[in-house]
Amino acid sequence: MTFVVAVTIDWAIPRFMPGDPVERLLSRMQAQPGASEALRGYYAEAFGFDVPIWQQYLNFWAALFHGDLGLSIAYFPTPVSELILSALPYTLALLVPAILLSFWAGNKVGALAARRKVLDNTVLPASYVLTATPHMWLGIVLVWLFASTVAIFPVSGAYGLALQPEWSVEFARSFLHHWILPFSALFLVGFGGWAIGMRNMIIYELEADYSNYLASLGAPTKLVRKYAYRNALLPQITGLALALGAVVAGAIVVEIVFSYPGLGTLTLNAIENRDYFLIQGIFLFLIIGVLVANFVIDIAYVFIDPRTRVGMQGGP
Amino acid sequence: MAVSDHERTDPAADRIATLDVAAPTVPTAALLPSGRSEFAYFALRNWKFDLGLGVVLVCVAAALVGPLLTDHEPLAFTGPTDQPPSSEYWFGTTSFGQDVFTQFVYGLRAAFVVGIVAGGIAWLLGAVVGFTAGYRGGWVDDVLNMLTNVVLVIPTIALLIIVAAYVEVHSYATEAILIGLTSWPWAARAVRAQTFSLKTREFVDVARLSGRGTRQIIATELAPNMSSYLLMMFILLFGGAILIGASLDFLGLGPSESISLGLMMNNAFLSSALILGTWWWFVPPGVGIIAIVGGLYVMNVGLDEVFNPKLRER
Amino acid sequence: MLRVDGLAVYYQSLRGDVKAVDGATFEIADGEIMGLAGESGCGKSTLGKSLVRMDARMRYVGGSVELDGRTLPIWDDAKMNAFRFKEISIIPQYALSALNPTRKIGHMAEELLSSRDVHLDRVLPELRRRLDLVGLSESVLERFPIELSGGMKQRVVMVLSSLLDPSLLIADEVTSALDVSTQRAVSELLVEFRDRGFVKSMIVITHDLSFLYQIADTILVMYAGKLAEKAASDTIVDAPAHPYTRMLLSSLPEVGVRFAERRLTGIPGRPPSLLDPPGGCRFRARCPLAFDRCGEEPPFAEVAPVHSAACWKAAA
Repeated sequence: MTFVVAVTIDWAIPRFMPGDPVERLLSRMQAQPGASEALRGYYAEAFGFDVPIWQQYLNFWAALFHGDLGLSIAYFPTPVSELILSALPYTLALLVPAILLSFWAGNKVGALAARRKVLDNTVLPASYVLTATPHMWLGIVLVWLFASTVAIFPVSGAYGLALQPEWSVEFARSFLHHWILPFSALFLVGFGGWAIGMRNMIIYELEADYSNYLASLGAPTKLVRKYAYRNALLPQITGLALALGAVVAGAIVVEIVFSYPGLGTLTLNAIENRDYFLIQGIFLFLIIGVLVANFVIDIAYVFIDPRTRVGMQGGP
Repeated sequence: MAVSDHERTDPAADRIATLDVAAPTVPTAALLPSGRSEFAYFALRNWKFDLGLGVVLVCVAAALVGPLLTDHEPLAFTGPTDQPPSSEYWFGTTSFGQDVFTQFVYGLRAAFVVGIVAGGIAWLLGAVVGFTAGYRGGWVDDVLNMLTNVVLVIPTIALLIIVAAYVEVHSYATEAILIGLTSWPWAARAVRAQTFSLKTREFVDVARLSGRGTRQIIATELAPNMSSYLLMMFILLFGGAILIGASLDFLGLGPSESISLGLMMNNAFLSSALILGTWWWFVPPGVGIIAIVGGLYVMNVGLDEVFNPKLRER
Repeated sequence: MLRVDGLAVYYQSLRGDVKAVDGATFEIADGEIMGLAGESGCGKSTLGKSLVRMDARMRYVGGSVELDGRTLPIWDDAKMNAFRFKEISIIPQYALSALNPTRKIGHMAEELLSSRDVHLDRVLPELRRRLDLVGLSESVLERFPIELSGGMKQRVVMVLSSLLDPSLLIADEVTSALDVSTQRAVSELLVEFRDRGFVKSMIVITHDLSFLYQIADTILVMYAGKLAEKAASDTIVDAPAHPYTRMLLSSLPEVGVRFAERRLTGIPGRPPSLLDPPGGCRFRARCPLAFDRCGEEPPFAEVAPVHSAACWKAAA
């Protein structure tokens, strides 16, 4: 359902926005008069302006199911889908570990901070600062400190200039070397958020009735903490679904800072060149990705939280 | 040792029936210094609230007063390029010879504009949608809920990128409106949940029974009880809007005719400031954002403790 | 058997210490069910809880507690663990939410028991027998708390808390949240636990005097942090010595007596603040029998064999 709406929005925006995208494109190209007519015709057809609106809509859906997102303008004549798919692995290489590791580490440390005052007083303020940090700024600072001032890490790119993507140890090493800083930028900001959330949830769970009951029956703190941690994770997982949008945004800007060949830099190029098809394609892709992730998390949640399972079966 | 015999039909037993004797508790208001609101009393005593508020106020002061302290224009090429901070140029200059300090304080202004306008719009929309959905329930709730979920799942940045790419943004107000229109869903969800839980409390039933209209009930019964929650939500939206705005500006999708903190970072980045090591150009904008947003978040923590006494100094 | 001498437990609050239990001295013999009654805020729950586990805000101020001849180190949370569940146990006020919502009941019981070095296999037959006794099928062990009704959860907690045959069981407001018929069933179960020897003695805390009359051997009445009167249930109901007890009883409606015939009288006034209680007898302000000597606090002294009261007039 959401998907339909998203696709519709994606289709609708270029058509209903003020200004004529075709004109804008042409004015940037400074084509010769005769050529501009041909180009105009081509673009009108590419956008589908030559057919009635409802047909444009249907054509869009049809093309979508064929995996055809149109041809890029900036990288003409490469198909948009091809561009996106070649950039995707790099983005995923940054996003997935960053999300998973920051979630795991942030929750663990947040839980630890909840029970040790000393840790709490250091971790908590640090986490607040981290979560208030704009991703790109952290990326910029990391580059400045560790790549420029002290040249431990490379400044940009996903791999060494001389290398080609391949399955080799040398490439892997270079890839990792280039990966660390952008990953850290994403990881640290996410970590802050999860740590704060978990710490608060744990405090709440440790004060819950079932924790008090266990303690009254002499259960060791280890058991109480174990239960508290598991119960506190549940709302965190829900939060994960909500936070995806923000992390994706972070990944885009961080990639730009590091000229990382993922969807982020692709987006930037698309914007600069007013490559509408590419923008639309990326937008669709992001939406699909986030929707799928949300769906997976929803399903996983049903398995993890027995209360939802029972609710669905219908309790007594 | 007498064993209690609960089968007795002794008249003494008949005398006794259940009666709940509840003792009234000492009202807390009587113990506060008279003439001050309870909120202000506790809020200002909470060091987290004070710290956060203090930091934010410093930034506000900088934004208001800063531009008066400098005689440069933010985008004007006034001086030598790439100068480190000095007594003449407090934050140094950019690669184009612009005064970083001036840009910084004007950028703070833009940040606050975006934060307040976007935060305000998101807050209003979220509150209205959430309230209505939570209070009315039924099909109204279903429709609004679906709408909320749809907008919620769509990654804000993607939506903003696509819209901003087509709509040439010329003012921060416009940018703020865009951000506000896309950030309201989670606020709506939260308000809806709160409304649900409050709706079932007794005092609402009493109000309804005494014949008050819906709008009256919302205004006089629900809103005051949710006011603390709403305030905290606004603060979070405020902070979030600033972060999103910075990202948009960094992508070059914000107004280019004036300066903002995100744009400063963008310019610095594009001018290879990272390589040149002209840190005075790109460090202050980030620090400014961290100060404002971090200050807001800490304020929120303090407020949470004020409103939920259970959290105070556990 | 339980011997309490001069027990004082205060609550720490922002404005000072709330003197919730201010000098309690009493004894409970083996096999005795003692009811602990009083209005909300009189300290009865604090007294009960303090014997098992002090929560974060409670502070031990003085006095001694002896269970079966051994001192109970209630001021030392770690040392008390050895006694909890095995020697002294509690059915908490929040029994309906005392079970971890995300754990199957049997699983939680197993983990709890093994954390106390009790293997589930060893107690499983007894557990089954007791579940049967309270009218629950063994299948509840495979259920999640959310699948059970309030009454069922209450009974599960009753069985669990008394599973290791503690010497003293404290039942804190176990019937407040239940309907009258379930109250009856639960009260009968409590007595049966004692009759069958599952627990040696019991403290039943409630504000409901009529309930206590049904099941308790002796009743201890508390007022504003101090003990008012303790005697056999019959004595309390038929010949109470303390004015507070007398007024409590007369403020209860009588079956068969209509309002037109005799009006219900409450007790005018309010209990004193426990932050800064008045000197002398705490009931003084509301007592119709008060005279000069009440400015001096009356000791909780024997006025008749196994009948103690804290009132100058009672001794007369």
